Amino acid sequence: MLTKRIIPCLDIKNGRTVKGVNFIDLKDAGDPVILAKKYAQSGADELVFLDISATLEGRKTLIDMVLQVAKEINIPFTVGGGVSSVEDVDLLLQSGADKVAVNSAALKRPELIKELSDKFGSQCVVVAIDAKQIDGSWKVHSAGGTIPTELDLFTWAKTVENLGAGEILFTSMDHDGTKQGFANTALARLSSELNIPIIASGGAGTIDHFIDAFQKGYADAALAASVFHFGTIEILDLKKKLQENNIPIRLS
Amino acid sequence: MKVVIIDYGVGNIKNIQFAFERLGITAQLSQDTDLIKQADRVILPGVGEASSAMIKLKETRLDELIPTLKQPVLGICLGMQLMCNYSEEGHTNGLQIFDTQVKRFTKSVKVPQMGWNTINNLKTDLFFNVKMPEYMYLVHSYYAENCSQAIAVTEYDLLYASALKKDNFYGVQFHPEKSSKAGEQILKNFLNL
Repeated sequence: MLTKRIIPCLDIKNGRTVKGVNFIDLKDAGDPVILAKKYAQSGADELVFLDISATLEGRKTLIDMVLQVAKEINIPFTVGGGVSSVEDVDLLLQSGADKVAVNSAALKRPELIKELSDKFGSQCVVVAIDAKQIDGSWKVHSAGGTIPTELDLFTWAKTVENLGAGEILFTSMDHDGTKQGFANTALARLSSELNIPIIASGGAGTIDHFIDAFQKGYADAALAASVFHFGTIEILDLKKKLQENNIPIRLS
Repeated sequence: MKVVIIDYGVGNIKNIQFAFERLGITAQLSQDTDLIKQADRVILPGVGEASSAMIKLKETRLDELIPTLKQPVLGICLGMQLMCNYSEEGHTNGLQIFDTQVKRFTKSVKVPQMGWNTINNLKTDLFFNVKMPEYMYLVHSYYAENCSQAIAVTEYDLLYASALKKDNFYGVQFHPEKSSKAGEQILKNFLNL
């Protein structure tokens, strides 16, 4: 049976992980390759690297990092953040990324999704969507959640599916950082209205939150950052608990 | 040991090269007929769309060369699908090595299948020291129909062939290069065939 995926997310700036990583057994917790390796060994199913470098120099360093990760890591990984053209994606895939996540650039020019899926195949095109509820309806936000758009989450999600997205990474801005659980109602609706995999993001605080994302939100994968980086949740413990709750999971 | 990964311009094939590097093997990317013929092991990779990939193989006449190879050949993902008789994706004939057809998953499941699923009913030394069932990483919208040449099966929508073998030709639907330790074992086994 296809298993549910657990995906640690690493924020990258100028080729280093940022936003606090607290592993006492790691000599250099800022080195994305060392961290990625640790996650791969501890049972992560996939990794997501989100680049928040603002400078061209930072982007170049990202490519080097992707190459290093690809050389060392034996599980799939996605790279996102600032991806805005076919050339960007080509470079990332050639450097060894398995998938690429697009967000703001797709909002600006939705045809980009079609161009990418035609050229590289749907399987490597992840569309990241940041949304929050405004007056009871889910509104998509661009530029890392800073700019609200008029787009409805579910309409936009359907649009990107039709344009050839292979997967959706949905971050609920209402839940992100709260550690109060994922946006399960919205997730469940996305999962029932769409026929591509949905990654749940934003709100992970406890193991029960992951159980809910799969059982109530029908997510295909769940992504989290700080609970893994700070060791609040060990991936192996999490996966054992998921299995006890009859959620299909890979335990190697 | 000379390993050649056939480079015919589809998808990201560096990851396969990196996976061999982790096993201490330098695999060469090439579409040179002589190099491919002389290699000890040949990999036919592939990510993307079947009919355009077939066109690329034809442009370089690799479609004629590959079925005549005598050393162990391993098709990965789309590479395996291209070694089958026919694919529904772009309605194209394949290399006619494996006697089965490639079809699209139905709408009753999410497409593409993306993630880790189990391989079962493992046969041949390609799976030496691999437990049964074992998890492999898969990303695909089309599958090869189960048949007598299947050496592994996976269940998604239905039971399909996730690995195939005929003579010196092997094909795997999953990505051994991205399937952690067990995937590495399979690549090692391929080198040891």
